[in-house]
Amino acid sequence: MAILLNKDSKIVVQGITGRSGLFHTQQCRDYGSKVVAGVTPGRGGIHIEGIPVFNTVEEAVHYTGANVSMIFVPPPAAADAILEACDAGIALAVCITEGIPVRDMVLARRCQELSKTRLVGPNCPGVITPGECKVGIMPGYIHHPGKIGVVSRSGTLTYEAVKQLTDAGLGQSTCVGIGGDPIIGMNFIDVLQLFNDDPATEGVFLIGEIGGGAEEEAAHWIKEHMRKPVGAFIAGRTAPQGKRMGHAGAIITGGKGRAEDKVRVLAECGVHVAASPTAMGETMLAAMGGKKK
Amino acid sequence: MNIHEYQAKEILGSFGIPIPRGRVALTSDQVERAAKELGGHCVVKAQIYAGGRGKAGGVKVVHHPEQAQELGKELFGRRLVTPQTGPEGLKVRRILVEEAVDIASEFYLSITLDRSTSRYCLIASAEGGVEIEEVAQKSPEKIHMLTIDPFTGLRPYQARKIALALGLSGTLCEDCVTLILNLYRCCLEKDCFLVEINPLVVTRAGWLMAMDAKINFDDNAVYRHHEYPDMLDYSQLDNLEINAGKYDLSYIKLKGNIGCMVNGAGLAMATLDVLKEFGGEPANFLDVGGGATREKVAEAFKIILQDEDVKGVFVNIFGGIMRCDVIAQGIIEAACEVHCALPIVVRMDGSKVEEGKKLLFESGLNVQIGENLGDGAQRIVKMLG
Repeated sequence: MAILLNKDSKIVVQGITGRSGLFHTQQCRDYGSKVVAGVTPGRGGIHIEGIPVFNTVEEAVHYTGANVSMIFVPPPAAADAILEACDAGIALAVCITEGIPVRDMVLARRCQELSKTRLVGPNCPGVITPGECKVGIMPGYIHHPGKIGVVSRSGTLTYEAVKQLTDAGLGQSTCVGIGGDPIIGMNFIDVLQLFNDDPATEGVFLIGEIGGGAEEEAAHWIKEHMRKPVGAFIAGRTAPQGKRMGHAGAIITGGKGRAEDKVRVLAECGVHVAASPTAMGETMLAAMGGKKK
Repeated sequence: MNIHEYQAKEILGSFGIPIPRGRVALTSDQVERAAKELGGHCVVKAQIYAGGRGKAGGVKVVHHPEQAQELGKELFGRRLVTPQTGPEGLKVRRILVEEAVDIASEFYLSITLDRSTSRYCLIASAEGGVEIEEVAQKSPEKIHMLTIDPFTGLRPYQARKIALALGLSGTLCEDCVTLILNLYRCCLEKDCFLVEINPLVVTRAGWLMAMDAKINFDDNAVYRHHEYPDMLDYSQLDNLEINAGKYDLSYIKLKGNIGCMVNGAGLAMATLDVLKEFGGEPANFLDVGGGATREKVAEAFKIILQDEDVKGVFVNIFGGIMRCDVIAQGIIEAACEVHCALPIVVRMDGSKVEEGKKLLFESGLNVQIGENLGDGAQRIVKMLG
């Protein structure tokens, strides 16, 4: 068991004929993921790398039974691609695309909330269940099957964390990059809930960044509900205060967003917070009571 | 993407929102002329990409055109430092001259994205003006917030509730409803991340008017508004930051002497954290993007070295799928092209790490390899002594 993805997940790639869509389709397949279909409007009927291409997600689902979508559609059409995946009844849509306009995402997210589709991203590295299935752009080789769930707002910093976990002898159950955009699908708490209920996950490592209040909300949820040890790192402790305009952001977040506040709240809620980005692996190991998994 | 107050007001005006009569000036003579045209009694407002200008002396009332000209001379070229600019402040290159308006009452009104709900949020308060954040902290009940459902949009009855909560009645209340609906229309059509009117005033003559305005466009939507790039005032941005933007690199100048090149914003922040931890001072934040390419690495390297404060460079690339030999090649090419003799520490992870290291060792550059994040950071700090 793991969360979101396993060896039976059947993947359709939206935007499969684009350069990065095709490259990462090959990478995922080499890792062992079952890529059963691609979608590019107007290219239906062809095969690319032996994978059948359809004009719509609906057709792809109908003919191949795809239940997971990996989205590489360029920003102007990406929100539409998310809606199409929801409409076709895809269980998990992972949107890698970076740079989708906020206005488009507000509407796409509203529709997705009403559907049975889970959305990860956009602007994220994707999801991987090591040894079983990879849907995203992360390097597969740094991951190792095990019992630590990883959830992160960041991209390459997640790779750094995963490498440190692996080096510390801690394998991963599933790693979820939830994405760094202002509007994302699954948030920290959604993923923590799944890890909490997953028998294969025995501890969780959370990677946050300055800005917003998502880490604080996650901390309070962990205190109330989490039955497993949680380690964390927050990037940006030494980041300078940026230039800003206007007051609305500060009114909404109520002054939240600074690294020191996030670290304090997480620690108060029983989370083991790594003091340095070089200590993510050992912090998680300590949180697990020194047991390698 | 930020724009100036006068540009924001032009946009609000085009959506039917009342704004004061005004002129933009680039010289103190133009300030005088504008003041004359507006009748002498005016407000002179420095245009910078930040709020808090009033307290910093960037906004003043004048009574004669000559006085306006004097103030113009004083303001042009000066760096205004406000709580929103950072300690270096921002240079004044444009001034807005506006008719003075007799104000009866002031409100706060804005629409911005609320990350926690993934929807736009309307914020209003009868306590408009400069202390709005303090009001939000101390008396949150005085802040009225409304989450907007994108399916229905903002409805007139919702806008009316807000207008009534602000204490408006009769015609003013209905005027405010219209204004709020227009503000939402503006926010959507112009792809704004933030539209803020502070203060929104009722004049002594009984009209609503946007006395100050801020608009922040959604960077991701700039591609569908061809007029936006021309609205940018480059004098408000750091030169190296502008240059970096051309290559889609995210660069922020800092105070130290260690140039940093990292792929990914989170890892870049973590890299700054770890340099400081070992006693180093980063000269910049630079994110070359998650999937660093050879070209981007080369351009990033050149931008870092244009900063004269840089005495050494720390490269931290977790390439993942990206091949390290290709990244190493990019570093070597750029370093040779700009004749870089500074110490460089490279920490790379990804495929073909050994090939990448070999290329760097054989390049003849003053380069060391960091075995991991901590080792790399320690090395560059030590090399700079």
